[in-house]
Amino acid sequence: MGVHDHDADHGSVYDGLTGGDDSQWAFGTAFEDPLAGVDTTISEGVDPATLAEYCLMLADDALVYSHRLSEWTSRAPDLEDDIALANIALDLLGQARLLLARAAAADPSRVPALPEGSPVPPEDALAFFRVEAAFRNVRFVEPDNGDFAVTITRLLVFSTYRLAVFERLADSSDSVLSAIAAKGVKELTYHRDYAGRWFLTLAKGTEESCRRLVNAMALVWPMYDELVCSTPAEKAAAEQGFGVDPATVGDEVGVLLDQVLSVSGVDRPEVPSVGAVQGRAGREGRHSEAMGRLLAEMQVVARAHPRGRW
Amino acid sequence: MSAALPEQEAQQLGSVERVKDEWPLYEIFVRGKRGLNHVHVGSLHAADDQMALRHARDVYTRRNEGVSIWAVRADAIAASSPDEKDPMFAPAGDKVYRHPTFYSIPDNVPHM
Repeated sequence: MGVHDHDADHGSVYDGLTGGDDSQWAFGTAFEDPLAGVDTTISEGVDPATLAEYCLMLADDALVYSHRLSEWTSRAPDLEDDIALANIALDLLGQARLLLARAAAADPSRVPALPEGSPVPPEDALAFFRVEAAFRNVRFVEPDNGDFAVTITRLLVFSTYRLAVFERLADSSDSVLSAIAAKGVKELTYHRDYAGRWFLTLAKGTEESCRRLVNAMALVWPMYDELVCSTPAEKAAAEQGFGVDPATVGDEVGVLLDQVLSVSGVDRPEVPSVGAVQGRAGREGRHSEAMGRLLAEMQVVARAHPRGRW
Repeated sequence: MSAALPEQEAQQLGSVERVKDEWPLYEIFVRGKRGLNHVHVGSLHAADDQMALRHARDVYTRRNEGVSIWAVRADAIAASSPDEKDPMFAPAGDKVYRHPTFYSIPDNVPHM
């Protein structure tokens, strides 16, 4: 993550790679800044606190899941999938950065206070200095990766859900959210394709790969309901025209997943859902046991050096 | 990988159909944004053609390099042998008149 204020920093990252003379590059030119020319003011009728809360939900899903997926680095079944999973983690981290920066801009009071003179930008402060209860991600993204079949199954469900949300979010009245969603749709389409192909491959592969996939469904499915149940903040975000109520994507996500399951010959498992605890789940800051360990590893270095430059 | 399996897991797998040790090798060609032709960038392993294209996307176009990918099974490529280098290529070495250097090329003819 960046050292400087996001807005000030954002231009400079791309300056060397956009426009101008690119003749020294054999490949890899014409990079695009996803927020170039986007109006960052918050429109009237939008409650900044609700906008921040909603951005944190989308950001934290991506941030936490990105960290989980990055744990595959150097451990995937082969080099090619190692890089594929790292690419997906990096796409999600990019989404998280933009969304955290938007949350911080909408409601600076959400950003944890750091020592005077700390160079940590708001997006990093939100990622690395919030306590567990301040995270707004669903519990779905928290569990350990498990084996490759569990990882693929979780990625299939998550990317199908998030793509459905982002396709609608591209029409958000908030131009920053709309731009982030338009960028994310292309990324998530690839994630879903990658996971869907592997899901089918494992289902139709060997007896062993199929057995593991069925086990994976039984592990992943109990957490599904939390993805498509809406919280008051998400409903308010939808009413104010900048957010998507996840309950409205449930049918579409269900149909898409059923298509993959049916082609693969795998059934939805008959397992009870993991319910909320005293009416609170991930979106309300009530997380699973795995979350604490994940945050400890993700945050430890930044917390040890609150004045560090990276 | 199979050698590294713990004994217990190896026994569990014993009854299962064994997978081939390694996926086939593919050679990957990428056409850059400003490039005119596909250029060989490397090779990778994949179970089938579609997986090869996706692996190529993940491994070789991460830095915004490409607009098009070709993936070719390495065993489908016929290659000349280094032993034949002299009879194959040396005879062309002194025939400068085959180059279009004996007349001037108009400035607006690109990519010569």
